[in-house]
Amino acid sequence: MKYIDYIQLNPLQRFWYKFKETIKNLPNTLKAFFCAIGKAIKNFVLKIALGIKDFAVGFAQGDIITKLSYIIMGLGNVTRGQVIKGIIFFSLEVAYIAFMVFFGGAYLSQFFHLEAQYHYETISGGRGGTSQTLVYDSYSNQILLYGILAIMATLAIVAVYVASTKSARKCEQLVKAGKKPETFISEVKEFLDSKFHITLLSVPVILICVFVLLPLIFMILMAFTNYDDKNYFSFQWVGMANFAEIFSGNTTGASMGYTFGNIVLWTLIWAVAATFSNYILGMVVALMINKKGIKLKKLWRTLFVMTIAVPQFVTLLLISQMIGQSQDSPLNLIISMFTGAPSQFNVMAPLYDGWIARIAVIIINIWIGIPYTILMTTGILMNIPEDLYESARIDGAGPVKSFTKITLPYMLFVTTPHMITNFIGNLNNFNVMYLLTGGGPSMGDYAYGAGKTDLLITLLYRLSVDKQKYGLGAAIGILVFIVCATLSLITFNMTKSAKDEEAFS
Amino acid sequence: MIKSYKLRRGLANTFIYILLAVLGLIWIFPLVWLVLHSFRINPAGGDPATMVDHLFPHLDEYGINNYVELFTKTDFLRWFGNTFIIAVVCCIISTLSVLVVAYAFSRLRFKARKPLINVGMIMGMFPGFMTMIALYYILKMMGLDQTLLGLILCYSAGSGLGYLVMKGYLDTIPHALDEAATIDGANQFQVFWKIILPMAKPMVIYQILTSFISPWCDFILVRLIMQDNVNNYTVSRGLWMWTEQEYKAQGYFRFFLAGSVVVSIPITALFLYMQKYYVEGVTAGGVKG
Repeated sequence: MKYIDYIQLNPLQRFWYKFKETIKNLPNTLKAFFCAIGKAIKNFVLKIALGIKDFAVGFAQGDIITKLSYIIMGLGNVTRGQVIKGIIFFSLEVAYIAFMVFFGGAYLSQFFHLEAQYHYETISGGRGGTSQTLVYDSYSNQILLYGILAIMATLAIVAVYVASTKSARKCEQLVKAGKKPETFISEVKEFLDSKFHITLLSVPVILICVFVLLPLIFMILMAFTNYDDKNYFSFQWVGMANFAEIFSGNTTGASMGYTFGNIVLWTLIWAVAATFSNYILGMVVALMINKKGIKLKKLWRTLFVMTIAVPQFVTLLLISQMIGQSQDSPLNLIISMFTGAPSQFNVMAPLYDGWIARIAVIIINIWIGIPYTILMTTGILMNIPEDLYESARIDGAGPVKSFTKITLPYMLFVTTPHMITNFIGNLNNFNVMYLLTGGGPSMGDYAYGAGKTDLLITLLYRLSVDKQKYGLGAAIGILVFIVCATLSLITFNMTKSAKDEEAFS
Repeated sequence: MIKSYKLRRGLANTFIYILLAVLGLIWIFPLVWLVLHSFRINPAGGDPATMVDHLFPHLDEYGINNYVELFTKTDFLRWFGNTFIIAVVCCIISTLSVLVVAYAFSRLRFKARKPLINVGMIMGMFPGFMTMIALYYILKMMGLDQTLLGLILCYSAGSGLGYLVMKGYLDTIPHALDEAATIDGANQFQVFWKIILPMAKPMVIYQILTSFISPWCDFILVRLIMQDNVNNYTVSRGLWMWTEQEYKAQGYFRFFLAGSVVVSIPITALFLYMQKYYVEGVTAGGVKG
């Protein structure tokens, strides 16, 4: 389609066009993405090869002190005037060796089979007899965790090592050229100026490495082990067995494959229903509040926004109590107010394949979500040019028509990226499901006691926290990641395509 | 014609008022129910039953007993203090690390910038839950499990990854400003402290408020990390515990109601105060790289 054709389309058609294009380009986008990854890996390998070459050349050409400082880190620095820097290098080396000898090395050597180490201890009993007791020296999860830690430490020390050899070499060249190596103070000063990014990023990066990256690697690796309640102390690598279990449907009854397929389906239904119901209904309410001639706009808005200002766990716990099955729960009291007879309606009743609970959750989510949409869209709605509505009214369009022909296309255009992030948020909407239904009602046809309103994310929680199937849970986590990452990639591309267009200007 | 148009509009507006009023009632109903029932007492003394056969308390059932007992007979005050400490420390650490990371990515140019941004984005896409169990082991390794410090670290250590919104905002501050300052002899640190920070004030406030509020709302991580160390619970974990069946049976539900009101008041006030920043934050960040 030529540009001239494109600008003649109305906004909705433009949106559709762009959407179709994005979908059409998806294979290319993915291809480009993986090519980019490939290229990055290639560059990385090249860089390492260059580094090794540098390293070898430096060793061959350096004098005896430089050669020695390839073994004793920092020697070159100390002898050539950079005493403090040299001492720092050396103490890092000592610390690493001490760490590996006394702690990390043992775990690293067991990393490849993971099996827990134990021995039998003979304990003398009270009446002269003895008994054998199993005593664990190390658990498998310890080996896995400390092994990863040791690998990370090794990578870090390799980086420091390369830096130290480079620095030793530089010192040598400077001294040979008759110059003095930089003093410690002037180097420190550099960290406030040209190397300011290192100063800024070091602490957050270290924190992220320990509290995000380390656990992440731990859990990703866990997906390839048989860590669960039965192999709590000692587990092994099992390859793709967990993924195979997720996609297996051949076992009769409550198989994991059946459960997983149905939960994925419900997760998608839920995400679509929750996102769109919130979006459209929220916009309708926002339009009503913003309508010309409606007074007390601020009061109405605050009334709705109040409900999201209260911490979500309070409102959710409260509502889950309010819809409880007892005759005295507020929901049943209200129903009986209308019918005149005591009511014992139970949302969580295992009826109709759990659809009562499912629909109830979607409705309650409307209660939770609409205020967010109101908050979001009020500003954007006020930006829609008033003359668009006026001319539409003159042409005889009613409120419904001007909503579907003007407001909706405009809003879709502006808020699509936000909607997709919202969609991803709903896919992973743990709080709502967990606090409202806890995943129930469980009808017994799902594996591991999963219920009809379980989302992938609550299934992940159920498996890894409640059922202690850590390996399986981690595998599901990886699948969730793949779905979210793909969606984010699509969003990113759509925003990029939307960014340079100036519709509605 | 004009008259009938006016009439029609008046009718439409009346209809909208009615609709808004009904919707507003529905939206506010659970909160009103919460507040009214938090004041409900048993006139005869002792625990009022968990649920009653009337929607709102009768006139003779109001009193402040629940609140008095909440502060004197339960751990609530302690939990409140815990949460407050955690929230303040988290707020400081998170705000600083988000600011620092966003500034480095937005303003400084260095070789590892693009790869680091991408790695950060990818790491942010993993479901946070996946790492929880591993986090528990790591804290245990450090001897920090079931402690407030451990929880603080869990909440705030990874917060540097939430740089996207702040970076988007910093990107909009013109580069000419820092260039001018550099020409006048400021180093990078001075540019950051004296130029960028004052300019980014609204976003910093947003960041401070969100990171202050989040520890009050989390209940999953606390449950995992504190296990059954009731003394170190936060408010949300404690209130959640009181809705469990065994506590409900002992009449703790009234404390849940009263406690919820006490927690909600400051959080609600903060949120209402920051809502304009909230909109800015949500729309500014998005997925822009």
